[in-house]
Amino acid sequence: MEDKILITEKLYAYYGEHCVLKDVNLEIPKFKITAIMGPSGCGKTTLLRCFNRLHELSPGGRIEGQIWLGKTNLLSLNPIMVRRKIGMVFQRPNPFPTMSIYDNVIAGYKLNGIKIKREEADQIVETSLKKAALWNEVKDFLHRKGTFLSGGQQQRLCIARALAMHPEALLLDEPTSALDPKSTAHIEELIIELKDSVTIVIVTHNIGQAGRVADYTAFLYLGELVEFGPTERLFTAPKDKRTEEYLSGKFG
Amino acid sequence: MKEIERNCKKRLFLNWFVQALVFVITGLSLVPLFFILFYLTKQGIGSVNWSFLTHLPRPVGESGGGVLNAIIGTLIIASLSTIMAIPIGVTAGIYLAEKKTGKLVHLLRLSTDILQSTPSIVLGVIAYLWIVKPAQSFSAFSGSVALAMMMLPTIVSSTEETLKLIPYTLKEASLALGVPYYRTVLKVILPSGISGILTGTLLGIARIAGETAPLLFTAFGSPYLNFNLFKPMNALPLVIFNYASSPYLEWWRQAWGASFILIVMVLCFNLLAKWGASKWKIKF
Ligand SMILES: Nc1ncnc2c1ncn2[C@@H]1O[C@H](COP(=O)(O)OP(=O)(O)OP(=O)(O)O)[C@@H](O)[C@H]1O
Ligand SMILES: [Mg+2]
Repeated sequence: MEDKILITEKLYAYYGEHCVLKDVNLEIPKFKITAIMGPSGCGKTTLLRCFNRLHELSPGGRIEGQIWLGKTNLLSLNPIMVRRKIGMVFQRPNPFPTMSIYDNVIAGYKLNGIKIKREEADQIVETSLKKAALWNEVKDFLHRKGTFLSGGQQQRLCIARALAMHPEALLLDEPTSALDPKSTAHIEELIIELKDSVTIVIVTHNIGQAGRVADYTAFLYLGELVEFGPTERLFTAPKDKRTEEYLSGKFG
Repeated sequence: MKEIERNCKKRLFLNWFVQALVFVITGLSLVPLFFILFYLTKQGIGSVNWSFLTHLPRPVGESGGGVLNAIIGTLIIASLSTIMAIPIGVTAGIYLAEKKTGKLVHLLRLSTDILQSTPSIVLGVIAYLWIVKPAQSFSAFSGSVALAMMMLPTIVSSTEETLKLIPYTLKEASLALGVPYYRTVLKVILPSGISGILTGTLLGIARIAGETAPLLFTAFGSPYLNFNLFKPMNALPLVIFNYASSPYLEWWRQAWGASFILIVMVLCFNLLAKWGASKWKIKF
């Protein structure tokens, strides 16, 4: 049995009275890539936002049930500490427009007022950008604004920004849906390389993408976890009829 | 086919017609502006020279004399009111943009609207009652308070409007890094909106720089060069008001000169605001 890093038990999530996640029991293995799939509006984003506790900042956002981060109860931790341990990359690249590429990478330190030495900062910027496969493209103009980069580069900058905090897990919400095929391929490669050092949970609409990168896949439907298992098994021999229909393109 | 062609022709004609109309109306609305600028320049530029800018007023009868104290006074009073209005206005603007609904938001919005539509002379009276009367002295400070109240609505609404345009995803980016809410507002939202806030402030300054009514019984005016904030101080609009309502020809001439200087100053502020808006513009 491999280690589990994020575990949900009887997880319910609400927006006001609207129940979006119903009784989700999911165990996300450490240092693997887990894809979350399902038709639009089934609660994928909401599930991700439960993991880093952004969900409770939405108007009416409320969680019931349990979430474990390894052995600790994630819901009893300070949300701010949770968010420093679990990074997130959003659907649209969102670098800070007022900051340079350099400052964007260490934004987690700067904005939190964490003091680091100049050499240490240089080191973090370089390794994070290298991990995000962006270093070679930007190393000569680190002090230009991050918003001058292309969409795909911006998204990799956002990944670097999340990695700079040395997160235990990285949540990716459709990270390539706003990108062209080339940038998408680039980011997929990158995700696979990252899994040795960080657990990755990725929401995707693209069945091909899940097949290419994910070790495990979870299929959500109308807020319920329908099926979860190794991607290959889930794709080749789905147990649930709804999974099969989704994969064959009947809905979604 | 015929039908479509006719329809197209009609469209094109209408398009041409409306465009022509817009041009004419724009031209018409520019006429008064150009007339004012032209007349003011014609009347004023003759009295503006180096000595007018660098000398103090002389008593009636003596020729010469300038408005140095009024120029400096206007700058001091306007700066002081900006310093007072910015912290309050920006804070209120942030609150409105972030909170969006609620009792306090409603109240704040209501009072901003009321302040916006309060006649400037009333603000002068209020500053008189609050400060001049208890202190038993006219002062630059009381004038600045009156003008600060006038500036507030501009700053509040420009801050609010600017911050509302900042994408929510930016805030999420910061929160997802574990940055506390207040730091997110101060270090991400506010810097991203700085261009709009500064532009709004500059426009606010341009607006108050020429106000006379709030200064009449607060800063009051003075023939001397004064740097004491708690003493009466001269300002360009006061000079214009006092000189223009005097019976002396020489003073009328100087009133035109002062008007010319004032309008150049206001124009500069407007241009600065426009320039700043494009210069500090932040691309999301
Ligand atoms: N801020 C919100 N307030 C209220 N309801 C919301 C909010 N965000 C999402 N919802 C609702 O929650 C449900 C799940 O939304 P969620 O964004 O998690 O779906 P999703 O699976 O990520 O969809 P998509 O694939 O389109 O991104 C939807 O029915 C949506 O209407
Ligand atoms: Mg989503």
